Amino acid sequence: MRRQWLTMILSVMLAAGAQAQQAKEQFFPLLVYRTGPYAPNGTPWANGKQDYIKLINARDGGINGVKLTFEECETGYATDKGVECYERLKGKGASMIDPQATGITFALTEKAPVDKIPLLTLGYGLSAAQDGNVFKWNFPLMGSYWTAADMLIQQIAKKEGGFDKLKGKKIALVYHDSPFGKEPMPMLEERSKMNGFELIKIPVTAPGVEQKSAWLQVRQQRPDYVLLWGWGVMNSTALKEAQATGYPREKMYGVWWAGAEPDVKDVGEGAKGYNALNLNSSGQAPKVIQDILKYVHDKGQGTGPKDEVGSVLYTRGMIIQMLSVEAVRRAQERFGKGKVMTGEQVRWGLENLALDQKKLDALGFAGVMRPLSTSCADHMGSTWARVQTWDGTKWNFSSDWLEADTAILKPMVKAAADKYAADKKITRRTPEDCQS
Amino acid sequence: MAFFIETLIGGLMAGMLYSLIALGFVLIYKASGVFNFAQGAMVLFAALAMARFAEWIPQWVPALANPIVANVLAFALALGVMVLVAIAVEKLALSRLVNQEGITLLMATLGFTYFLDGLGQTLFGNDIYKIDVGMPKDPVIVAESLFQGGILISKEDLYSALIATVLVALLALFFQKTATGRALRAVADDHQAAQSIGIPLSTIWIIVWSVAGFVALVAGVIWGSKLGVQFSLSLVALKALPVVILGGLTSIPGAIVGGLVIGVGEKLSEIYIGPMLGGGIEIWFAYVLALLFLLVRPQGLFGEKIIDRV
Amino acid sequence: MFYREAGQFKSTYRADQQILPIRQDRVAMALLLLTAFVIVPLTAPEYLLRAILVPFLILSLAALGLNILVGYCGQISLGTGAFMAVGAYAAYNAQARIEGLPLIVSLLLGGACATVVGVIFGVPSLRIRGLYLAVATLAAQFFVDWAALRLRFVTNGSESGSVSVSGLHVFGLPIESPASKYLLCLSFAVVFALLAKNLVRSGIGREWMAMRDMDVAAAVIGIRPVHAKLTAFAVSAFIVGVAGGLWGFVHLGAWEPAAFNIDRSFQLLFMVIIGGLGSISGGFLGAAFIVLLPIALERLPQLLHLPVSTAMSSHLTSMVFGVLIVFFLIVEPHGLARLWATAKEKLRLWPFPH
Repeated sequence: MRRQWLTMILSVMLAAGAQAQQAKEQFFPLLVYRTGPYAPNGTPWANGKQDYIKLINARDGGINGVKLTFEECETGYATDKGVECYERLKGKGASMIDPQATGITFALTEKAPVDKIPLLTLGYGLSAAQDGNVFKWNFPLMGSYWTAADMLIQQIAKKEGGFDKLKGKKIALVYHDSPFGKEPMPMLEERSKMNGFELIKIPVTAPGVEQKSAWLQVRQQRPDYVLLWGWGVMNSTALKEAQATGYPREKMYGVWWAGAEPDVKDVGEGAKGYNALNLNSSGQAPKVIQDILKYVHDKGQGTGPKDEVGSVLYTRGMIIQMLSVEAVRRAQERFGKGKVMTGEQVRWGLENLALDQKKLDALGFAGVMRPLSTSCADHMGSTWARVQTWDGTKWNFSSDWLEADTAILKPMVKAAADKYAADKKITRRTPEDCQS
Repeated sequence: MAFFIETLIGGLMAGMLYSLIALGFVLIYKASGVFNFAQGAMVLFAALAMARFAEWIPQWVPALANPIVANVLAFALALGVMVLVAIAVEKLALSRLVNQEGITLLMATLGFTYFLDGLGQTLFGNDIYKIDVGMPKDPVIVAESLFQGGILISKEDLYSALIATVLVALLALFFQKTATGRALRAVADDHQAAQSIGIPLSTIWIIVWSVAGFVALVAGVIWGSKLGVQFSLSLVALKALPVVILGGLTSIPGAIVGGLVIGVGEKLSEIYIGPMLGGGIEIWFAYVLALLFLLVRPQGLFGEKIIDRV
Repeated sequence: MFYREAGQFKSTYRADQQILPIRQDRVAMALLLLTAFVIVPLTAPEYLLRAILVPFLILSLAALGLNILVGYCGQISLGTGAFMAVGAYAAYNAQARIEGLPLIVSLLLGGACATVVGVIFGVPSLRIRGLYLAVATLAAQFFVDWAALRLRFVTNGSESGSVSVSGLHVFGLPIESPASKYLLCLSFAVVFALLAKNLVRSGIGREWMAMRDMDVAAAVIGIRPVHAKLTAFAVSAFIVGVAGGLWGFVHLGAWEPAAFNIDRSFQLLFMVIIGGLGSISGGFLGAAFIVLLPIALERLPQLLHLPVSTAMSSHLTSMVFGVLIVFFLIVEPHGLARLWATAKEKLRLWPFPH
């Protein structure tokens, strides 16, 4: 606790320094939620992002000499606070933003193009935003809820022995009753039609504090599998209720936001066998984590507790920040090395990321994530994830890398993007525009 | 049929757990005429105190690492904290808001909610914490011979419901049979009259808020053990509000009966009516159910009839 | 010395019945309106307009509506967020389904739908009173929360339950810049404040106040409780619905049902109580307090260069907010409007003590 205070003091002094907008500093606004029902999951995410910024400053001296600064703003997962934070921080030279919440993403999707600030929504947000020709300023890197839903069905099919074995089976979706929870439904319905399984939708009123009826329904319907689409406290409560109603946890599959330590730690043995998707690895082995421990935590600059470093959400936050930093670096390659990048330039950088395995190894991310490369048409960059299983004390990977089925995904994304473009009267981008 | 009985039993037990929280509301309203919107925050605060003390006591005094001892001590410490909170509330806020309108007091308790939320998270942290009082987590299946598949009963809920019943019985006894209980009821009736016959108002209020704090602690331990202790525990109070108004703001048996009715109504509606409407209806259904009862009996099932002097 | 009405004689009833009979008040109001309409949009920074003044104006409009119900008619309602949601979604539907409908008409239609819903949920008030009614109105809150997520026609078929609007314009002028948004909200707030002020001074307003003070006696002298209570719900819901439409369209741009949840209802009730029950200006004062205070509290550690983490800052804001609310209720239970009225009274006598 004392250590937390110390690190908080030091980190905020850094932030206070960020107030003075000096010439050669790249500013990153950090929208976080360290309070409220989603805080247990939001905190490691935010800590991962901050630690990576500190690492780049401490180890590399910034991006080609441009120091990184940041300022945190507490949103509590509320849309209007998120909008207020955005308005306050965008004036400080923000060149990109990660809202950390689906609701805030929807609100900022309207404002970001006007303010020319790209939105980085790794693994969440609008699934249709993968189509960069319509959504110029949204970047759902590494996955969306449609890819997640598709990959989970693939894994279930694997477990059953083939897609044809899915016919007649029942799959229940226990979801957070909000746009976040409802987003996977189009993909699941499409798959349900294709593969012949019955999709049962069971909503849990946000924030998911009492789920007895949902799990009684699960017991009534006796689905063969349950997909858990929750965030924050809903996940651990769901696992506890699953235990209390005797639903086998091995048959439960969660999205990558329902598969982190805060969700299962206090259920412990009760969650043994629970599976969830993961976009990245966890643990303290990767080189970049070791670097963070060496350059940041050992110097007393760590944002959160040391044993949180390397946890699932921490690593994911770190990846988000790494992608932001690499986007700035890429933008600098085109627009001027050693200069501060604007939102438009960083947007180009995000659209032209090419992180192959060699580059990832050089950055210290070997084994953490798969290679990623974005383009004008594809703002996602990579559609791979793995399934991990909780053994009572830690997560272990229990599947190979799964890739979302582009044959199903692409037409759905295009249709949704076209609909959005028609509603908002946006025209698809031209090839010339892609070069800018 | 078996599933219907399962749902029924599940609803009854959930209802008892709601009553636990509703009790806190009723107690404070009965004795001080204040509708304590901060009850949910008090439940959370008490649960946080218990969870963290249980974690910290073995660290502070390694000799007391035995989980049972740690839990008992943590409970006692948490109770002490709640009594302190009660004293603070009475001295700093309630005594200065004597005889204000109901809505002013309601708003004061809402302000108190914000304060308690912030204080709890500052002192104890905002992660998910564990309360382990040895409640069994796995369910038990009964009557397998009568019904195919048997009826599933959650053991944790069963024990919690029993604890709630015992607590309610004790409280009812306290209010009816002891002198302090009578004094509390006198204060609930009319502050000024009670004061004029010599009942010390501030002491009574401290006692009432402490008892409500104790109830909040028990509710917090039970719910915290079930759901884990973190911020949204205070939102369970929103589910207990229909219980309070259904049973009547001034009646302890009302809180129980109301709890059972709301619990059963909620679960049955969600399971049987829910799928027709797409699900997720239980929270507003509980309120609508309470509303319908109120239309027939505007003071709740067991509440005191509202008498107006014109 | 300055605030005297000596020499200001009224020779017509009309002049006597003005909202602001004292000339100094009229001058002050004119200056305030001039500042608000002309000086502020020209000089205020974008952050102030977008993130502080626009929410302040919209929430004061909503607080105005709620004040009519709670302050003037005495019916405690905790379902205000729901009426805002109805107004917002109805306006969205009007805008999305009817091509080329003017923005103001959509917002007013949103208010009209909120009125219908408000009257429906106001029916229990004929039988249930006091705190029981307060909790019963939560039924409206949760029902609308659920309906916005579940009923497809509410969100015009949006898959996720989240809707967005763009390209707003009024009489051909686009509402894109912060100044234009501010002016739109300000216009709505001023017009509705004037309408509300006149409404509460009229016969219906007196009916409401009679119901609030002693409803049995009011019924005895011939005021129909049904009429009074339901019109209060209707008018209140209309204003709150329009405010909801503005909140969604102008402030957020894209919203989901959680934007109008129970926290919003509590926030509005706070504004009404802190601002002063039964007072039109109270809504504005309360909204200013509730909107500005958390932002100021969160920025305070930074300004004072105190090393405080965002989480701690948020908790401290919560605590100080709670303490200040209790403090205000102890010091002046009738709200900021009463404080202001007392100040004006003292000003009338100044520099003399009595």
